[in-house]
Amino acid sequence: MCGENGAGKSTLVKILAGVYPNHTYEGKIYFNDEEIKFTHFSVKQAIKKGIAIVYQELALVPQLTVGENIFLGREPEDKGIINWDRLFSNTKEILKKYNLGVPFSAKLSTLSVGQQQMVEIAKALSQEIKLLILDEPTSALTEAEINSLMEILKHLKDSGVTCIYISHKLEEFFRITDNITVLRDGLVVDTIKTADTTEEKVIAMMVGREMKERFPVGNRKPGEKILEVKNLSAENISAQGKMAIKNISFDLRKGEILGIAGLMGSGRSELVTTIFGEYGKHVTGEIFLEGRPIKINSAGEAVNYGIGLIPEDRKKIGLVLMQEIYKNISLPNIRKFSNALSIDKYKELNECRKYADSLNIKTPSLFAITESLSGGNQQKVVIAKWLMSTPKILILDDPTRGIDVGTKYEIYKLINKLAGNGIAIIMISSELEEVFGMSDRILVMHEGKCTGILERKEATQEKIMALATGTKNYNGV
Amino acid sequence: MKTLNSNRKIKIDIKTYALIIALLFIWLLFGSLTGGIFFSSRNLSNLLRQMTIVSFLSIGMTLVIITGNIDLSVGSVTGFIGVIAAYLQAVMLPEILPGLFPSLSAEGLGILSTIVTIIICLLVSSLVGIYQGYIIAYLKVPAFIVTLGGMLIFRGAILGVSGGRTIVPIENSLRWVAQGYLPKNLGIILVVITTMVIFLMSLRSRNKKKKYGFKIKPLNYDLMTASAYSVLVLGSVLIVNNYRGVPNPVIIMVVIAILVTYLANNTKFGRYVYALGGNIEATKFSGINVQSVIFKVFILMGLLSGVAGIVLTGYVAAGTIGGGLNYELTAIGGCVIGGTSLMGGRGTVLGALIGTLIVASLENGMSIMNMSVFWQYMVKGLVLILAVYVDVASKKNNS
Repeated sequence: MCGENGAGKSTLVKILAGVYPNHTYEGKIYFNDEEIKFTHFSVKQAIKKGIAIVYQELALVPQLTVGENIFLGREPEDKGIINWDRLFSNTKEILKKYNLGVPFSAKLSTLSVGQQQMVEIAKALSQEIKLLILDEPTSALTEAEINSLMEILKHLKDSGVTCIYISHKLEEFFRITDNITVLRDGLVVDTIKTADTTEEKVIAMMVGREMKERFPVGNRKPGEKILEVKNLSAENISAQGKMAIKNISFDLRKGEILGIAGLMGSGRSELVTTIFGEYGKHVTGEIFLEGRPIKINSAGEAVNYGIGLIPEDRKKIGLVLMQEIYKNISLPNIRKFSNALSIDKYKELNECRKYADSLNIKTPSLFAITESLSGGNQQKVVIAKWLMSTPKILILDDPTRGIDVGTKYEIYKLINKLAGNGIAIIMISSELEEVFGMSDRILVMHEGKCTGILERKEATQEKIMALATGTKNYNGV
Repeated sequence: MKTLNSNRKIKIDIKTYALIIALLFIWLLFGSLTGGIFFSSRNLSNLLRQMTIVSFLSIGMTLVIITGNIDLSVGSVTGFIGVIAAYLQAVMLPEILPGLFPSLSAEGLGILSTIVTIIICLLVSSLVGIYQGYIIAYLKVPAFIVTLGGMLIFRGAILGVSGGRTIVPIENSLRWVAQGYLPKNLGIILVVITTMVIFLMSLRSRNKKKKYGFKIKPLNYDLMTASAYSVLVLGSVLIVNNYRGVPNPVIIMVVIAILVTYLANNTKFGRYVYALGGNIEATKFSGINVQSVIFKVFILMGLLSGVAGIVLTGYVAAGTIGGGLNYELTAIGGCVIGGTSLMGGRGTVLGALIGTLIVASLENGMSIMNMSVFWQYMVKGLVLILAVYVDVASKKNNS
């Protein structure tokens, strides 16, 4: 099953696996010709019926051994005392049966991500599963690990287990699947036999949406080069030895919007966080600002260089939700209103009011708690905060995520206006149309690498999707 | 143009008022249980002075807790600085100073000894803050562990400095700092100055609001508020003047409370303290050096523990090995009762002071009633739990 970000894949499989219980959706589900309805404790019910899901983020306890993880919550016991011998012999049996190359008594934290994934699969299989759902299992795996996962899945298929396999990497479908279902905007586009199709055709189905006039026309003339990035690499902070971004080079001009496209986990956010000086310690490569080489080691230094970052997760790293709106807006800018001894509060409020008004933040008062605002208005607070810092370069990481359509359009207009005023803009987006509709140039990422930089004129949605899915030798449909 | 009505402010005020009502309730309860002894100006004056030493700790602890940290070492540090002060005054300085300043009289030497003692104690306590703050902020060892260790380390250091003995004598001048009273007429002059400052600040804030075009409340309203505060100050001073005057340590407490409140509300530093307590990642991503802010908060905490230690030694007129024992619990309790959230990001110095006053009132009232100590401990513990429960329950209702 495939589809672009937000197409509804994860939601669909979560319904199947009982994460969203019966009353939260409409329609009927038949499993082995029997209608299934999950109500309470529905994940357990689903497992009883024989449906299990393996998530992208692993749900295992790192401090426990493989066997303990597999049987967590249903340890074999004699009169209330765990029978460890039986637990480990059962574990060995399962691992052997499905050919999973994992030591049964190893602590989970000592295993690689790929091996942990196998433990997750073993855990599902230990419960007599007939339908196994894998939600983007390969996003964190190395090439070798993917290969062995593919082998395991083939083996499962042969032993009669049905799988739903979700991935962003199209070539994987052609290695193991029988049928491909493409989802778009919550609807099934089509289900086709893998043997009858090509990567190009699947890409066309994924994006096949006409461009509506949803993007304001910007009137900009990109000026001279302001930022240049050369061979930037950074080690993944959560998986040692793996790179989050690899050898990325690009430049950025004044008044330009550079879009960054890529599917989840392609390293988009890691790239901009690295530039902002807040991603890990193992970073190599060079960054030039207005021709001069610079080193940015912290957000504080980035702010001093005139770089602002509107982060992907505004609740976690964009805002202090429990504080008043004006305090959030002025947080990076307090220096402007204060000397060593005091903050000029009224000057501060006055400035905040200007930005809040110009961005049309809907709130009864600047003293309102930021948490009480809608997602769109919260995002405007983050934008106001960075506009007040008068940046030369503004990085927006998925600025319209979870925001209603009306506010989205306002944000698009604003981004255009900023670029028109000469601010260099890097804009990441999960929505293909958005990057396509807004950017002057589009940098496409796949697995931490830059797979291409397209000029707006030469870019098509299909081309972008091909680069984002790592499709080699794309020739169009 | 957006109106800047201050809904939020009113909410905070309601919380503070609720605290004051709780305090008044406790006072009335003890007043009736003790047949009015509790309300004698002598007792109220003593009550204020009793709360001072812990209040220095509560004031610093407020900032520490707002950053989402904790400091369990403050009681031991207070005791440690206390014995250092006593050691300086009783053992070390009497040997050194007369040789350096042979012309000074005994009284002059005493005053000099006190000044030197205060300076050295504040330096040492800042060093303690630097040491603990560095480990917490830069080496990232959890504050709970660092200060739990500190609690033992400085309790041990007390024994090391004092050799297990009570150190006497303490100079009269240091005792005056902690035991003395402000002359009554000076107290009245202080009231006059304070009143003038309150009114001036109120008018200045009106002018500023006008300058930037904000809504201002009617002049009468502002004048009434200012008058109310002035009457409160005057009333308090008159009550304690009825006994012996304003106790000196209370003045130190008020000055420090005003300074730290100002620091928290009106400076960049204060803004960063609240912001990082609310969301440390977002604060970091706003370009703020959060480690240095946490570091400074612990230095301030150390410094205030030093003040507490100095006043403690002046008050008991000796350096004792039990000095400051369990003060950390009273200080943390005072902060929490006063509405400081242990999750970080919320709290005020004023709240912490009222919280500390509530704890001090409980101790004082129960002592007057001759309640046995085991009840006193239990009541204090239960009140702490009750206060946090009320806070948690009211938050649930809000959301």
